[in-house]
Amino acid sequence: MDNNTLNIRYEVVAKDFSRAGEASSALKKVLRKLNISPDIIRKVSIPMYEAEINMVIHANGGYIDVDITPETIHVVLTDNGPGIADLELAMQEGYSTATDNVRELGFGAGMGLPNIKKYSDDMKITTQLGKGTTVEIFVNIPA
Amino acid sequence: MKIREVAKLLNAEILTGTDYLDEEVYSAFACDLMSDVLAFVDNHTILLTGLTNLQVVRTAEMMDMKVIVFVRGKRPDSDVVELAKKKEMVILTTELPMYPSSGILYSNGLGR
Repeated sequence: MDNNTLNIRYEVVAKDFSRAGEASSALKKVLRKLNISPDIIRKVSIPMYEAEINMVIHANGGYIDVDITPETIHVVLTDNGPGIADLELAMQEGYSTATDNVRELGFGAGMGLPNIKKYSDDMKITTQLGKGTTVEIFVNIPA
Repeated sequence: MKIREVAKLLNAEILTGTDYLDEEVYSAFACDLMSDVLAFVDNHTILLTGLTNLQVVRTAEMMDMKVIVFVRGKRPDSDVVELAKKKEMVILTTELPMYPSSGILYSNGLGR
């Protein structure tokens, strides 16, 4: 870890839907202070927000680690939730296992993971049933 | 169109953000599904919705939307207004349903 890397860790509280998005909001503020352009900030904060909400509704909360260098933003969301049974299916637009109360709040349309892929420059999901899921979001900062 | 004019056209009450009424807005997105708001980014500045939970403010924040219009006479809880205030957003509430609200803004030139 060199001096050019900024590392931040956020905790995501389980089942507390009213606080979902606080970490994404906090990171957005940091990125603004670093004078990163609004377009790049959105490429990070929309996927991170989607993943943070997933963490609250599907898993039991977890941690988000963010590494920022002058060239890249790397977000790693780690949970100890149930894992994803069929990742290929979960990546399909419209597929969701969200409950009715989540849908009533305006989420659970099965757009979360596809959206993360759409906005970020790269994403990686590692999941194990009964153990948890790690979602990585990569965004490049153009020089 | 200025935010002030949006409020006037919709006969809306301003719940927070009176300091920003002279700022310009260029387009709107009308939707009750936050998942779709997140999926269709196009630099919209106004969100019209009938949902009133905290995640509406968070979603608007992520999308850099400045104004939230609650339609169908929906009034959010004070914690929703407080969060929006902190984020320097404008919150309006109108008795009009989503369709006429959208139609009025569109026919007056917003987003065209």
